[in-house]
Amino acid sequence: MNWSTLSIMRLEVLLTFMVLYQLIADLSEKENKRSVIDFTIIFFTIITFIGFLPSENTTLFGSMYINDELRVFFKNILNVSTLIILLQSTGWLNKPENQSKTGAFYLLIFSTLIGMYFMISAGDFLMLYLGLELATLPLTILAAFDKNLRRSAEAGIKLLMSSAVSSAVLLFGLSLMYGVYGTLHFSEMALLTDASTLSIMALIFFMAGLGFKLSLVPFHLWTADVYEGSPMPVTSYFSVVSKGAALFTLALVLYRVFGSQPNVWTMAAYILSITTMVVGNLFALRQKNLKRFLAFSSITQAGFMMLGFVNSDALGMNTIVYFMLIYSLSNLAVFGVLSIVTNNTGKENMDDFNGFYSTNPRLSLIMLLALFSLAGIPPVAGFFGKFFLFTAAASKGFYILVFIAVLNATVSLYYYLLVIKAMFINKNETPIPNLPSTGYEKLALSMCFVGIVVIGFVSALYDYVMLVVG
Amino acid sequence: MNLQAEIPLDYMIVLSTIVFFVGLMGVLIRRNLITMLMGIELMLNAVNINFVAFNHYLFPNRLEGHFFALIVMAIAAAEAAIAIALIINIYRQFNTVSVDDVDELKY
Repeated sequence: MNWSTLSIMRLEVLLTFMVLYQLIADLSEKENKRSVIDFTIIFFTIITFIGFLPSENTTLFGSMYINDELRVFFKNILNVSTLIILLQSTGWLNKPENQSKTGAFYLLIFSTLIGMYFMISAGDFLMLYLGLELATLPLTILAAFDKNLRRSAEAGIKLLMSSAVSSAVLLFGLSLMYGVYGTLHFSEMALLTDASTLSIMALIFFMAGLGFKLSLVPFHLWTADVYEGSPMPVTSYFSVVSKGAALFTLALVLYRVFGSQPNVWTMAAYILSITTMVVGNLFALRQKNLKRFLAFSSITQAGFMMLGFVNSDALGMNTIVYFMLIYSLSNLAVFGVLSIVTNNTGKENMDDFNGFYSTNPRLSLIMLLALFSLAGIPPVAGFFGKFFLFTAAASKGFYILVFIAVLNATVSLYYYLLVIKAMFINKNETPIPNLPSTGYEKLALSMCFVGIVVIGFVSALYDYVMLVVG
Repeated sequence: MNLQAEIPLDYMIVLSTIVFFVGLMGVLIRRNLITMLMGIELMLNAVNINFVAFNHYLFPNRLEGHFFALIVMAIAAAEAAIAIALIINIYRQFNTVSVDDVDELKY
């Protein structure tokens, strides 16, 4: 018996045990699920640390499953983000109406995470498709998790319909690819790729399918509704983990499989980047609900991520990964503050935040830093992420694209500052009272805070990304 | 009688493309959630036709396409199960399965 396979697939195996544990723990009659929450968080912290142990670069199951340093790094980013989301979700899960749903919530979250890991580690489009579906189907149930709320039910069905159409489109692209190359293995396809008409069409279908998951314009229509309708922890899971997994998969397929034909996909990335940035910005300007606002802000950020794809060298992928890392932490900080507010007061409009600083100075300072990071203001990490992306695009001579991106970054600064103005400057007779936060929520916010402040200054991390992307 | 000699591959691809876009139009035009679900199933079946046809005509030595078609069928069943559960939930909340009336979330 060869046990080395288990140590290579350790994250998937451990998460499967997590899922089984949730099924069994859900059987207990106890009303209070706090012990389940504690155990899950401790166990997932251990999994996160195990993810950082060194592992072997190898392929398993006839190269259906690939393990290398880059993929392990991707999984570590997703692990840390999921850990922060689990910490943030404790406030929501402790509410009396959600206590009976704790097991189901964790079960679905970990199932999607297993799907995403298989999607990232895929060495074959069959594996990629299976992982994608395993990641998508439980997510639709999570979106409809508050099943007695009309808006949550609506968010679930909207997500399910659009994601089913998108995976059908993706599959049609895969079937055309199979027709062109006669194989779906990454390693074999990388040798065969050409710029024939049918393979370009197949790639466009494929990018459209993943574009849905990444919420690129024109495939973004589900985003705002689903973000607004879903429960708070699920929304942050969508905007960070689900988006991150789709981005990493797209990067792996484009750079590793179609890397020899960059002229086929850099043009598509160019157009998608411009439309996504512009449309996301224009809609974000008029939002009053903060969840919808963050939905459009995350669409805009996806547009910036596509900017990296116009550079087909390792530098492009490198900056995309680095930007995603920073985006995750900044976005999670914003969602962390927002989830504390909505859990305690149920308010999620921008006007409700008027005078927030006078009552909750620490929360509003973290929100300030996170929004600065999303807008790309120098001392915080977000600036470095955007700067490297612009450098990557400019080094290939796409000056017009970089110019449009800089304009869009300026516009986005305006609406991020609107939130900051509401918190710090606008007066309010009855501001949100000083909110209590649990130890877990404090821990999550301080992890985000450290990440936002430190990542921009620690060059070792950037060098490490550079090294693993190679 | 050898069917393969009589039906060229092109016919299969034309058929699957037509079925795919009929399904897509069904999703886009129909307003009933169940009918939209049927449109999605049509799209997935078009993909299956493609996979099986390519495998049979072009690469008869390897069975990748056939297996992919089988897995797509299994996943389509899972998707339909979840979709119907969510549609029942929608019916309980809104008393309708028409997407025009499910309009709680708007700009």
